[in-house]
Amino acid sequence: MSNNLGWRATLIGIITLIALVYLAPSIIDQLPGWWPKKEIKLGLDLQGGTHLLLTVETEKAVENAVERKISDLKDSLRKERIRYTKLERVNATEILADFPSSKHMDKFREFIKSEFHNLEELSVKEDEGRFSVKLELSNQEIASIERFAVDQGLETIRNRIDQFGVSEPIIQKQGEKNILVQLPGIKDIKRAKNLIGKTALLEFKLVDDKHSIEDALNGNVPIGDQVLYQRAVDKLTERTIRRPFLLKKKTLMTGDVITNARVQIDSQFNTPYVTLEFDRRGKRLFDRITAANVNKRLAIVLDNNVYSAPEIQERISGGRAQITGTFTIEDAHDLAIVLRAGSLPAPVTYSEERTVGPSLGRDSIHNGIVSIIIGGIAVIFFIVSYYRLSGIVTNISLILNIVYITGVLAAFQATLTLPGIAGIVLTIGMAVDANILILERIREELSFGKTPRSAIDSGYSRAFKTIIDANLTTLIAALVLFQFGTGPIKGFAVTLSIGIAASLFTAIFVTRFIYDLILTKKRVKVLSI
Amino acid sequence: MIQIVKPGINIDFLGKKRLAFLFSTILILLSICSIVIKGGLNYGIDFAGGTMVQIWFKQGVTPDEVRKGLKEIGLEGSTIQQFGKKKDNEYLIRAESKQSNIEGVSDKIQEVFREIYGEDGIDVRRVEMVGPQVGKELRKKGLLAIIYAMVGILLYITWRFEFRFALGALAALFHDITITIGVFSITNKEFNLAMLAAVLTIVGYSLNDTIVVYDRIRENLKKMLKKKLEPIVNTSINETLSRTILTSGTTLFVVVALFILGGGVIHDFAFALIVGIIIGTYSSIFIASPMLILWEEKFPSTKRKRL
Repeated sequence: MSNNLGWRATLIGIITLIALVYLAPSIIDQLPGWWPKKEIKLGLDLQGGTHLLLTVETEKAVENAVERKISDLKDSLRKERIRYTKLERVNATEILADFPSSKHMDKFREFIKSEFHNLEELSVKEDEGRFSVKLELSNQEIASIERFAVDQGLETIRNRIDQFGVSEPIIQKQGEKNILVQLPGIKDIKRAKNLIGKTALLEFKLVDDKHSIEDALNGNVPIGDQVLYQRAVDKLTERTIRRPFLLKKKTLMTGDVITNARVQIDSQFNTPYVTLEFDRRGKRLFDRITAANVNKRLAIVLDNNVYSAPEIQERISGGRAQITGTFTIEDAHDLAIVLRAGSLPAPVTYSEERTVGPSLGRDSIHNGIVSIIIGGIAVIFFIVSYYRLSGIVTNISLILNIVYITGVLAAFQATLTLPGIAGIVLTIGMAVDANILILERIREELSFGKTPRSAIDSGYSRAFKTIIDANLTTLIAALVLFQFGTGPIKGFAVTLSIGIAASLFTAIFVTRFIYDLILTKKRVKVLSI
Repeated sequence: MIQIVKPGINIDFLGKKRLAFLFSTILILLSICSIVIKGGLNYGIDFAGGTMVQIWFKQGVTPDEVRKGLKEIGLEGSTIQQFGKKKDNEYLIRAESKQSNIEGVSDKIQEVFREIYGEDGIDVRRVEMVGPQVGKELRKKGLLAIIYAMVGILLYITWRFEFRFALGALAALFHDITITIGVFSITNKEFNLAMLAAVLTIVGYSLNDTIVVYDRIRENLKKMLKKKLEPIVNTSINETLSRTILTSGTTLFVVVALFILGGGVIHDFAFALIVGIIIGTYSSIFIASPMLILWEEKFPSTKRKRL
């Protein structure tokens, strides 16, 4: 056994050195520039921050797509001179079309087959002079719309968070419909949530001044119109009031033509407002809309809330518009961000929120570390008093074990969470156990009257099997947890797996090396154990 | 040389196996009864869905005052619980999940207390909101994780040892998990994700313990060909006894330190581990090993004549 001491020493030396190199940035602040700066990241539960899980309402995106298809269809049918009596959405994915005669219906079916591949015919009915066709969006198309809604939503949210300015956010897809957002160290969570979760669909709609709003509020909304509200704060009573507007349903222009949005301050009233700049298409569109509707009022609607409805004084060809309203500077700033980042293709809801205040995080770290250190010192002390010199060997391996685990965590830039710390505690327990197994076995062999060397030999070889079996079963559990667990459980599984590997190496390989080293250097008659 | 257990000790553990089985059966029945009577576990919001806000108040506040504040936003039905010591002025407020408007609840709770006690009068320490759908999913995933882990372990032990060993180990696992969860139910502690992690830790620990004893039995089976199974198992338990006590002792040490000093968040987690370590150690001696003998009595092993 003593013949290969050299390479074993080298291996242990190299591994320890690498672990220390990676560990250093997490402990020491000032290091030379060439040092690999990989640190252990603290989880949100330890450093404070918020974890949000958003669910994208993909059904809404599909619904919107069907609505768009219908309006495309209407335009095309007009061009093709195909007459229809009815063309509407019946549920999330289905369209119903009625025709005055079978001739028009057949032409329509032909047309759909050649031009609208994404629509599949569900049923065709003819009775009592009514000819109707039911169409459905193809499953493929639905899947692609849903995927797009989530991917695009993720991009948009990332844009918004980048502009909001949060350091090291995590934004990723989780499952099919969910987006995970983690914002470390953030303070104003409510504001962030508002900013992230806003659909931010900006629409320009005409105000219907021909019909009375009172009638509409009593339930007689004219066909093609809708009632939307403006939220404003009454300056005297400081109460929020809702002012109704009667608007044309048709959207003349949406926010996707916006190239830039900025906050400006009105010099007269010292109130903030947001100016919008449009791209070329937007400029042309805005020019046409304003030219055709001079003296009418154009409402600016964001997520079905009317912000303002100024009268169009004259044709505007510069391609600029502004949104005024009663908002604070912060509101205006956030509004500009969402307008620049674009709208979400489908609304999102929050299905999970976990926020840890920075003070609690600090307390948790402090208490966790203190209790582990106290527990650890007690164990180290106990082992030395119980196993004497052999106990020191054990303690060296335990300390190396901690160095390795933290080194690996740093190298992978893993995130350390409370359950993660629990995982480390468990593996240190297992490392202690492995050492105890070996030492007890050696004691047993010694009691049979064996020499130290042969007692160590057989002690290790007997305990080896036990340790491997015990650790591998736990490793199986850890891997399963990693595969099926979520968030905190995953963290636990990661540190547990790393810990098992490290403790196997230190308990079996490192300690054995130390014993062999001592036995070759000295003639040991009695083992201090 | 300090020795907790003198070598050559021979305690008749298996002689007490009827008593142990009786004791364990009572514990398991108690656990199941408690869970059934209380209508399932006291799920935390991780699994039940809902909103939890932990708030620190600068000035001393009574639970009634907290409830009065909550009444303003129609949440007086929430559970209000003191967190930590009384002088810490910290409360856990837990609002049940109502399918519809769970989203703004946490903000509302924070706002109402900011209004009453001022911006600096409170500190929001923790907010957790889990939608009912997510809660259901986490519950399902957690259960699946435990089941898959157990199947994996069963296969591994069958491969390394024998099938009857795997059965014994699983019986011990079932025993440990049921009793630990039962203790949670009896003491009315909340079952959340951290507790699930604790249960999984216990699974790992209890297995580790069981395997050490099994390993010795496997070794002794090869050595003591002429002996019957029962004395072999008993000898094996005795031979590994010092290790069992030392390991459980040191681990308990660390976990008790976590329990006493770890702070509120870790407190329950450490409590679960203490219960689990004690039960897990007991079960590898009094459940997992005697199970082998019960199995042998029912289905004598064909490879070697023993009984």
